Parts: sequence; C-alpha cells; structure tokens
Amino acid sequence: MAEQTRKQKTTTSRTTDDEVIEDAAPAASESGEKLKAELDDLLDEIDEVLETNAEDFVKSYVQKGGQ
Amino acid sequence: MALPKVCGIETEYGILVRGAENNPVSASSLLINAYIAATTSPQRGRVGWDFDDEHPANDARGFSLDDIIAPEIETTLVNAVLTNGARYYVDHAHPEISTPEVSTALEAVRWDRAAEEIIRRSMVHASAKLSAGSAGQAEVIVHKNNSDGKGNSYGCHENYLLARETPFGRIVAQVTPHFVTRQIFTGAGKVGCELPGVPNDHVPYQLSQRADFFEEEVGLETTLKRPIVNTRDEPHCDAQKYRRLHVIVGDANMSEVATYLKVGTTAIVLAMIEDDALGDDWLLGNPVSAIRQVSHDPTLTRTIPLRDGRRATALEIQWGLLERAHKYEQLHGLACVGEGVGPDVLRRWEQVLTGLEHDPESVASIVDWVAKQRLVDGYAERHRIESGSPRLKAIDLQYHDLRPDKGLAGRAGLETIVDPAEVDEAVSKPPTTTRAYFRGRCLDKYPDEIVAANWDSIVFDVGREPLRRVPMMEPLRGTADHVARLIDESDSAVELLERLGS
Repeated sequence: MAEQTRKQKTTTSRTTDDEVIEDAAPAASESGEKLKAELDDLLDEIDEVLETNAEDFVKSYVQKGGQ
Repeated sequence: MALPKVCGIETEYGILVRGAENNPVSASSLLINAYIAATTSPQRGRVGWDFDDEHPANDARGFSLDDIIAPEIETTLVNAVLTNGARYYVDHAHPEISTPEVSTALEAVRWDRAAEEIIRRSMVHASAKLSAGSAGQAEVIVHKNNSDGKGNSYGCHENYLLARETPFGRIVAQVTPHFVTRQIFTGAGKVGCELPGVPNDHVPYQLSQRADFFEEEVGLETTLKRPIVNTRDEPHCDAQKYRRLHVIVGDANMSEVATYLKVGTTAIVLAMIEDDALGDDWLLGNPVSAIRQVSHDPTLTRTIPLRDGRRATALEIQWGLLERAHKYEQLHGLACVGEGVGPDVLRRWEQVLTGLEHDPESVASIVDWVAKQRLVDGYAERHRIESGSPRLKAIDLQYHDLRPDKGLAGRAGLETIVDPAEVDEAVSKPPTTTRAYFRGRCLDKYPDEIVAANWDSIVFDVGREPLRRVPMMEPLRGTADHVARLIDESDSAVELLERLGS
C-alpha cells in the first residue's frame, strides 16, 4: 500500500479551560450561496412537516429507560 | 493476527401512539405482531427465541452477578427471529432489532437500514390495525434515537468479535479514548442537556444523545450508572476462543456514512488492540468527565487531559488513532475488517476529520450532529426564536422520526452508500458471510420444523422425540459457501439434518 500523506493538524485551534480561540469565519462564495439556497428549501420543508404543536409534542415525548 | 471482526448492531427504538392509548409495552408488541402477521403465512407458528444460553450477568472481569441480580424475565414478551437472521423483540418498553451478524461495516449499514425499513413497514401495519380497532385514525410512531429529553435513555449497541485471550484490561484502557472521542463524527446531536444541575442554556446543543448518561469507566450495568466500557461477557459462541465486546456508548445514526464510520473505525481500533498494535499513547486522564466535555463542545476546540499529563482535543486524539491505523494497515493489512472495506473506512475517516477540522459544515451530509445543527440553527435564525424554544427540541426529535413523510433526516441531504434495492433485499435475506446465513435460510425454508432459535443454535422438531438442537458456536461457519447448496438441496429439515450428519 502506498504511503498516504496525512494532513498535519496545524489549523486546529485549541482551548483549555482558561481560554477560547474563535475560529475564523469561512469566506462567502458562490458555493456558499448555493448552500444557503439549499438550506432555505430545507427549512421550507421543515415548516411544512414539523409538529404543529411543538410544545405539547416535546412535553409529552417520554420514553421509559432502556439499555 | 486479529480475528475477523464479525459484528452487529442492536437498536432500541423510541415509540409512541397517537389516537389510542399510549402504552409503550403493548405498542411495541403490536408493532412486532403486526409485522409478523403481515409477512408470514397464517398457518406458520411463531418461531420463539430460545433463552437457554443467555447469561447477561456474566462479567468479563471473571465473576457473575446471577446470585445478586434477579434474572430478566423476557419470555412473556414478543420475541421473533426473522428470515434475514435478525431478532425483533420487545425489550422492556421499547421495540428492538438486533441485526444479523455481519462481516464488515458496509454489511452492518445494509442490515441496519433494513432494520429501519422493517420498522417502517411495521408502523404501517400496526397503525392500520389500531385504526381498525378504534374510533378514528390511530398511529404508532417510532423514532431511531436515544434520549427523550426527560432523563431517560435507550441504547444503540454494537457488538464485535475478539479473541478471548486479548487481556480485558488492555481492551478497557485502549478502546476508551476512541469511545470518548469518536462522537465528533458518530454523535447524533442533541438540543439541551440532561445532566442534573446543568441548565439547558449552558449547553444549548451537544454532539451526543448519550454522553450525559455515562457515569463509570467500566462496569456491567446498562440501565443506570452506565459504563463507557461494558463488561457483559455473553459471547453467544465458543467462549474458549471468542469474546463478544458489547458496546453501549454509541448513538443511533440516521446517516449511513456515520454508521459506517462508527462500526468501521471501532472494528479497526479493536483489531489493533487485539494485535497489541495500538499502545497507551492516548490513554485518558478522566474518561467520564471527558465524554461529557467532548459532547458539550460543538466547536471541537476543548482539550481533555491524557493520563500522561498532556492535553489534547478529541480531533487530535482521532488523528492519532487514524495514524496508528495507517501503520497497522501497512504491517498487518485490514483483511479482518474486509479487504475492500478496510481501506475505504480509512479514507472516509480521514475525509471526516479533515472536514471537521477545517469546515464542519462541509460534512453536513455525513455527520448527524452537524446535519441536525444546521437545521436547528437555520430554523432558529429564520423564525428568530430563542434557544430553549420547544420548536428546536421538536426538530431534534423529529430528525429521528422514521415516518417517511415526517422524518427530517431523510430530507437533510445525507449521503447514502447502500443501494435501496440492496436494503430491500436485506429485509428478508440474511448476510452470506456469517452463521446468520444458516439461521435465516432455515427460518425461511423450514419454518414449520423449527421450534426455537437464538444466536448460537436452532432447535428443530423433526416429527419425533427428542427435539434436535443444532449448535452454531462458530460465527463464521454456516455461511453461504458452507451450506447454501446443502439447504437448496434439502426439501425438509429432516433431510437437512441427515445431510449435516451428526
């Protein structure tokens, strides 16, 4: 098997309990627009099929414990 | 040399009834009975589960709690064995399907998807029965999730074959880092948090459905004080040669690639442990704290302590495991997890880690928690609603709804890796590569001559005393290669048993 080069993990920012480093926001692009359009379509669908009475549904959703 | 990683997935599903009494035990029974009635001819008796060899209280650390824990009485509840080799049954208050034994992560996805399909068809039949009986439209609704948001959790368990001689202590220590950190790509996502004392707005969204429920590093329990590594020692096969590692820590996945990675990466990690090729580099300092910390951090930037004093992110630990896996592949090959599947799992593993590291949204088609978060955040933004709103929790739950017209996961653009035609076939046909083949074929061809079946045997009624029990103690015997022709040529179980010899 050919040796596979593994991407070095240089861009991960790390946090400890003391500090938080914000990740840089990805630049807007054409594919970003497309993704947004897809998401909008998806959200339209959710509007249609989501439980009409979310509060009741969530409150009454109780399962007995399993393994 | 690591043993072939025969494996399988057992899923407990959430269940509720609308338009009729919402009793989960009777609903689960109805679900299964309706499916069996619809898929078998009326004359056939039900093939029951044979509980003789069940020892759930045996602990891998060398003792049994049988004297202390009362044996679980399951015999009165519905329990069916299917022609694809799966077990379909009521486990306390949940319907549960255990897939047949498979040889690769790809087969695991296929038969797990088939289990979902069986549930879908069951819902249709059960709802029809319920509606016929009651005044109006009634519905049985099933979710493939692990958490009700009220402090109750139910499992999606994986099982892997290991050599018995693998020291259990090594397994516990060295698999734990993977169990704690793999949730960065296997987590199904959850709105809110169920740790007592932690307000929901401290953890508006987390990676895993299950992480909050794990309180111990290792132990036998499955319903409370859950351990990251479960010590149940019930191999359902030759106990001298084999160990079955029973894994309870995972989430149920809607994404096929997530299931593939969950099983595929874990099989490789276990193979490395079996061959003592993984080592102690990544041992964790505090696994129970870590599993919650990792889950509560969707930014993937928080570090957790390792036993040697270093700190690392879950991503870094996963990169470390992948690097080991590449080395292992070069030295030992990956035949034990499937010649074709093994390298493909490594490729996908690298793909998902790279995506999570640089742009998590890029893996929304693969990773359930990312896909779900995209829906939750997008919806919250569009309707300008606060985190903590029940509509966001409803999205979380409805993501896992198995009804095709209601389930959100089916609409989220998740990538698939198994052909729907193959899933359809797997609903009724067993895998060809394990003893599930013998079980499934016999159930299909000789149902009237089988009294009971379980993982490691079938009991035949050949028309005279005594009943004949055929042991199946080897998970890799009874495959299509071994027995297909034998079964094809035997018109009855009597004939089959004669041909089998002893």
